[in-house]
Amino acid sequence: MNEKRITILQLYPKDMNIYGDWGNVLVLKRRLEWHGYTPVLIEYNPGDSFPSDIDLVLGGGGQDSGQDTVQKDLLSISANLHDLADSGTPMLMICGLYQMFGKFFKAQDGHIIEGISLLDIETHAGPERLIGNIVTASSEFGDIVGYENHSGQTFLGTNIKPFGRVVKGAGNNGQDDTEGARYKNVIGTYLHGSILPKNPNIADFLIEKAVIKKYGEFTPTVIDDRFAELARNVALKRPR
Amino acid sequence: MQIPYVTLLGKAVRKIALLRGGGSALPGLFIETIDPDFIKRTLDQLPQGIVIVSGTNGKTTTTKMTVELLESQGLKVFTNRTGSNFTRGVAAALLGEVDKKGNLDADIAVLELDEAHAIQFIKTIPPRYSLLLNVMRDQLDRFGEIDATAKLLTKIAVSTTDTVILNREDPRIVGISSSLKDQKAVYFGLSPKLLTLFPNDDDIHGQPATLAHSTLPAEVILSDLNDDAAQFTIGDHTVTTTLELKGVYNVYNAAAALALARVVVGDTLDETKLIDTLAHVTPAFGRGETLTIDGQPLELVLVKNPSGFRLSLSSFKPAGYQTMIAINDNYADGRDMSWLWDVNFDTLQPGGVSTVSGLRAYDMALRLQYDEVATAHVDTDLAASLQYFIVNGAGLPKRIFCTYTAMLTLRRELAKITDVETIS
Repeated sequence: MNEKRITILQLYPKDMNIYGDWGNVLVLKRRLEWHGYTPVLIEYNPGDSFPSDIDLVLGGGGQDSGQDTVQKDLLSISANLHDLADSGTPMLMICGLYQMFGKFFKAQDGHIIEGISLLDIETHAGPERLIGNIVTASSEFGDIVGYENHSGQTFLGTNIKPFGRVVKGAGNNGQDDTEGARYKNVIGTYLHGSILPKNPNIADFLIEKAVIKKYGEFTPTVIDDRFAELARNVALKRPR
Repeated sequence: MQIPYVTLLGKAVRKIALLRGGGSALPGLFIETIDPDFIKRTLDQLPQGIVIVSGTNGKTTTTKMTVELLESQGLKVFTNRTGSNFTRGVAAALLGEVDKKGNLDADIAVLELDEAHAIQFIKTIPPRYSLLLNVMRDQLDRFGEIDATAKLLTKIAVSTTDTVILNREDPRIVGISSSLKDQKAVYFGLSPKLLTLFPNDDDIHGQPATLAHSTLPAEVILSDLNDDAAQFTIGDHTVTTTLELKGVYNVYNAAAALALARVVVGDTLDETKLIDTLAHVTPAFGRGETLTIDGQPLELVLVKNPSGFRLSLSSFKPAGYQTMIAINDNYADGRDMSWLWDVNFDTLQPGGVSTVSGLRAYDMALRLQYDEVATAHVDTDLAASLQYFIVNGAGLPKRIFCTYTAMLTLRRELAKITDVETIS
């Protein structure tokens, strides 16, 4: 049988898994199956050797305590992640790992936690948590619905585009109207909820990029996304 | 205004609110506004002080058990039975119990308070005892992160004047003991063979379980468990009893309630009465509560966070039951739907789900789609969905997993067609 494998690397599932990030993994696995591919999931935790032949990378949010454990390890695999990103590997980084994919996180007491500078962003500890339902608009993906819960405020550098523009909610920092960041096929965002179930076009974007990079072409199956559409419509109308 | 008049007025407002079918918030708000000292003045009368029960999961059932266990020892106990675990709910419950002069005929109060509201409450009245159950991912949109939740519980512990009862199998709860000053710490726990039945948050999320499963000495240990009976190790001996409560987590919380009762009652404890009472404790409302529809049982199972939902799915086996799931996202339920993605619904695959409802019905249906669980009927309207569920499942036992505000609506609808205990 000529099964077509797509290997998903999940970064730090032991420490960075809060807020239903498992939902993103599940959605990618299932949709790959439905599209006719065989998903292979590799979990990467601190101290593991970095695997080869990765087609798609996922990373989630965590407790502040989880981020300390992870930061040092992340710096040690920075070159691997840069290589993957620069060669067009799709990645989705949520919340905590989105921040750590940037240049730095400046904590409340002023000390700097260095990131891997894959995204031209910087994050500063904020005075309050930005919490609630969020809707953003993207020329690439249309309306994106999710839920945000973060105290860090992220600011984009000059060389990077936002993932979406805030329609409802706070976004990167509650000040400009940006949410998330886009670099090549890397998406960084504060949205969970989880993000991929209710935004299946983003899931399919990641899958398409991974499949084309590996196999040259991608023929999607039509998936019944009726419940996702209805859930989106409800989410758009719910209070913050 | 003189105090008796205020109390009378408050009682009248409460009666009117009950007649309207409303909850406990309005009369509580009323009395808090015109008599801010009401709760403190009333509860300060109690000779044995106050017990606060807090933690993520199991507060309501544990509080109910604790009340009944203490009553078995001859104590008169005041409690906030509505599950309205806010200060305002306590005020409303007190209004129902005090006499016209504002006197409360009770020896001790056992209050269920959620972490955030307990912090407000203890500023007014420090508890004599506190029972801290667990810290799980719940309503992160309200509390931020679970480490923050653990900090809230620590504040309850250090404001306690006598004894803190702690779950020794939850590393975040055990961690609280290092902050204690004059308080005594008493633990409840599990035998090693049962640990896998009750994963803590770190176990669930793949953390190495280095801190958990301590060998701290425990007042009461749940040492064995099967379908019909539970065995507890109390001090130097064991007792085995049947239980009416369902759900493995309820049985573990029974160990917590037993430990608390031993601490409060002390040497005069009548253990025979204690265990006999425990055997007959029935589930708190909506926590596996069973109603009867057309001669068939209908169980209401409250779900409000991933760990609770997961435990409910493993405790209440789906075979032979028609299943409905109702998910709301009102403030009391938590607005964030992420939690549904941290629950595995594979066990529902064989029979599928008859009905999915609630404000976030489509989020739930979407979640089930990705676990390849079939759903027969999806509709955000709870009353219509309940109708469908009952008609479609005629002649079969039924079970509804529901979030808090969905449960309140469903109970109101069910009260139109069957006996539903009124909780006031």
